[in-house]
Amino acid sequence: MIALLADLFLQFSVLTVVAFGGITAMLPELHRLVVEQRQWMDATTFAHLFAIAQAAPGPNLLVVSLIGWKVAGIPGAIVATLAISLPMSLVIFFLYRHWERFRDAPWRAAIQTGVAPLAVGLVCASGWLIGASAGLGVRGVLLTLICTALMLVRSWHPLWYIGAGAAAGAFGLV
Amino acid sequence: MSRPPVVADSRTAPHIAPPSLGELFRACSRVGLSGFGGVLPLLRHLLVDERRLMSGADFNALLGLCQFLPGSNVVNLAVCVGARFHGARGAIVATAGLLLGPFLVMMALATAYGLWGQLAIVQDMLRGIAAAGAGLLFATALKMARNVPERWIYLPFSALILVALVVLRLPLPPLMLALLGITGLIAYRRARNAAAIATSAGEERA
Repeated sequence: MIALLADLFLQFSVLTVVAFGGITAMLPELHRLVVEQRQWMDATTFAHLFAIAQAAPGPNLLVVSLIGWKVAGIPGAIVATLAISLPMSLVIFFLYRHWERFRDAPWRAAIQTGVAPLAVGLVCASGWLIGASAGLGVRGVLLTLICTALMLVRSWHPLWYIGAGAAAGAFGLV
Repeated sequence: MSRPPVVADSRTAPHIAPPSLGELFRACSRVGLSGFGGVLPLLRHLLVDERRLMSGADFNALLGLCQFLPGSNVVNLAVCVGARFHGARGAIVATAGLLLGPFLVMMALATAYGLWGQLAIVQDMLRGIAAAGAGLLFATALKMARNVPERWIYLPFSALILVALVVLRLPLPPLMLALLGITGLIAYRRARNAAAIATSAGEERA
């Protein structure tokens, strides 16, 4: 158990160091790690946990708590949450006072510009892997495309889409 | 425009007494628990508009750092805000406040999933939510792509990392560092060239 928790902590905290673009951008790597490499859960469960996190309140990093829970119960959830939030919290705690000094540094702007297109690819990969893991049929893919299109032209609250998705599932439409 | 007024503004905003640790915890809990699909706007509303603990410019500067660094933007922000008022204790209290409530909700849902996750209707609903959630992710990616400057240079790298992750299943850490090295260098050189052209154009005019 201790070895498992240590492994969980190590893998997830290494991940946060490259989690440019936030937690959503990390989903592909989380998937690779917990489904393919460590085989802690199957792809369907991964998609389920993502869906639960989407439907619940709170910062989106808490999908990691659910993954930790699946791996090692409540201790796993606590360890996973700490692993995701602690390393960068420490960095930022010591950095935030000196940040103003770097505000106009050319390397800072360069990294920010360089990260943006990579984050686009990462979030796209997240969408792809969630859809693939969930085992969507033709109608499921159609729902995904409709949601994507509506999100781009309407500014409805995300919860409406989640509710619609749940309803579509409950009535056997996807 | 010798001295931007935002600097003065950032010093004048926190004229109200800083919140106690208990207030900080309660405020962050409220934000965490009410944040469906994005906590950031709520945090901004609480800090800037409702409690007036910092100015909008101050908030944007902190957010710039939190979005710049990897990790969860919201947790990063809670650490900054907490640390600003009460040092290390504040950082811990603000982050704990933000995460504890939603974490407990998550554990309740996890327990329910453990009990009823095998039911067909639950599986169907979760599949529906995942389908909608994938749509939200695609839409987010497309919106982010619209904001990328000079798309013809940078968006091929979006495609590259997408293929590397989805098709080739490469591990992210080395991939991210390698690609960020390339895109960062391109951005750096382009900015430097643009600055050089602007300077030479200015000299010609002068």
